[in-house]
Amino acid sequence: MTGRESGPEKSTRGPALAMRTTEHQVAVEIIGLNKWFASFHVLRDIDLNVQRGERIVICGPSGSGKSTLLRCINRIEGWQRGRVIVDGLELTDDLKKIDEVRREVGMVFQQFNLFPHLTALENCTLAPIWVRQLPKREAEEIARHYLARVRIPEQANKYPSQLSGGQQQRVAIARALCMQPKIMLFDEPTSALDPEMVKEVLDTMVGLALDGMTMVVVSHEMGFARQVANRMVLMDAGQIIEINEPGAFFDHPRHERTKLFLSQILR
Amino acid sequence: MAEQSSYVRRALAEPQPPPVGEGVLARMRARLFDGVFNTVLTIISAAIIIALVWPTFKFLILDAVWKGSSRVDCLPETVGRQVGACWPFIQAKFIQFMYGFYPDSEQWRVNLTYVLGLILLVPLLIPRVPGKRLNAILFFGVFPVVGFFLLVGGVLGLPHVETGLWGGLLITLVISFTGIMFSLPLGALLALGRRSELPIIRTLSIIFIEFWRGVPLITVLFFATYMLPFFLPASWEIDALARVLIGVVLFSAAYMAEVVRGGLQAIPRGQFEGAMALGLGYWRMMGLVVLPQALRLVIPGIVNSFISLFKDTTLVLIVAIFDLLGQLRAAFSDPNWATPVTLFTGFAFAGIIYFLVSFGMSRYALFVERRLNTEQAR
Repeated sequence: MTGRESGPEKSTRGPALAMRTTEHQVAVEIIGLNKWFASFHVLRDIDLNVQRGERIVICGPSGSGKSTLLRCINRIEGWQRGRVIVDGLELTDDLKKIDEVRREVGMVFQQFNLFPHLTALENCTLAPIWVRQLPKREAEEIARHYLARVRIPEQANKYPSQLSGGQQQRVAIARALCMQPKIMLFDEPTSALDPEMVKEVLDTMVGLALDGMTMVVVSHEMGFARQVANRMVLMDAGQIIEINEPGAFFDHPRHERTKLFLSQILR
Repeated sequence: MAEQSSYVRRALAEPQPPPVGEGVLARMRARLFDGVFNTVLTIISAAIIIALVWPTFKFLILDAVWKGSSRVDCLPETVGRQVGACWPFIQAKFIQFMYGFYPDSEQWRVNLTYVLGLILLVPLLIPRVPGKRLNAILFFGVFPVVGFFLLVGGVLGLPHVETGLWGGLLITLVISFTGIMFSLPLGALLALGRRSELPIIRTLSIIFIEFWRGVPLITVLFFATYMLPFFLPASWEIDALARVLIGVVLFSAAYMAEVVRGGLQAIPRGQFEGAMALGLGYWRMMGLVVLPQALRLVIPGIVNSFISLFKDTTLVLIVAIFDLLGQLRAAFSDPNWATPVTLFTGFAFAGIIYFLVSFGMSRYALFVERRLNTEQAR
């Protein structure tokens, strides 16, 4: 297919809704997913659909499998049973297909995972140049556009180690956006940040949400969740306990486990 | 001080310069002569250094004979004093030490190869010089080919020079350069192979690495030179030097593989995941993200291997290839230059050359390391 379609005239407008005119209304479809780490059953019968343009926030106690579930969506983790279909493509052992999906799915990690030997700009242009095969100048143009969007255009030529945690995470978001993904995955993006820097990252994510990006976010930032989520998912012990609209989820949780979790996290 | 249950700073403290460094004398006192024990240590060390440096200086420079045409000029009876290094010996044999028996009329080809190599290498080593990509292509891609045809000849009207005639520093440099050029990429591939998730590739890599690490280089050279011809069809005549080169490359690649693997293991999982999530395939992930970081981490180990490879080239002596040291030893048997100091002079000369090259590599590596460290401020 035409991965090279993303020209500069589109990039200057950012990932606008107009770009996403593919026929798949379901961005991510997870059917009967089961995964074991050795004999430990981390994911049990997970069924979850993410609609195009939808924003889902997954929360739950640590070890509940929420990060693992997220990492199955771009197959950074494999699984033993079940199916994951992303943007109409089913993820199998086929490496080509996996890379095809990963190109369309951006991911932001708890530990940023920026490449320390490259500057912020080079971090952002690496994949567009080598995967999308864009000319260097065009890739840099796109990178500067997204670095400006996460409000750190002036840090483009710095190395990750010269940036604060919040700035690094924003570079990481820009790096993912430079591939102009259809879906963004966030794996506890603010958990490793100093409290003073959480807001700048969350603001960036709210901005993305307002632009209509399809997002799956693992996070404990309940304020953020209430603000942007279309649906909340609570996981515990490898299972989905409750899926609900944020209003209902926070104000009238149906499951006892949800009530307990919320009471602990909101104090 | 009064009790402080609450405190509000009224003015911010101005930053101040650190306490000034004292003069040379004060620094020496602080570092070399603080206390009886350290003073004694300093004096003993100074005595040892003087005891080593002075005789060396005396032998190499003060007592040395600088002009002469035969052994007689270097004998104490002729000179009338104690005799140090006999430098005329080196002068007389210099051509051999440099080129072996490479024909006199063709030696310009060797020099040209050196000059080409230096012209391409020096700007590659200086970070400020632009055009690194083209430079690297020329040095690693074009230069070896050009150098090969220049040295071997047989094309463009250049007479063919058999490798059997090559010798001296030329052999030393050819073997080291080839070894260094090929062992690093091959070693990196083997290191990746050893960490591969594909069982066949992993097993083959392990077998290869462990085999070559398990046999001594001398055995490899012997095998390549004397036994390999028995295993190959008679029509397959591989040049003796080429066989040795292949042996050296495979041998050092195995060591390099383990050095690189050490670097690979130090790269956090997150780097792999970050690269995978962007859709970089295996080779791009390794080539653009993982290896650049891994190789930087193991620069000391890589240079260590390079230096030991450079010095191990002397072992080719046992398969009748005369590198610098080989030519030197051959020259010792020349009765024209049989003096009590010939041996020491020759080894001093070789020692200086080996030291300069090895020390140069080591210092340059240190420079690269420091530069990368400040650049990325790790």
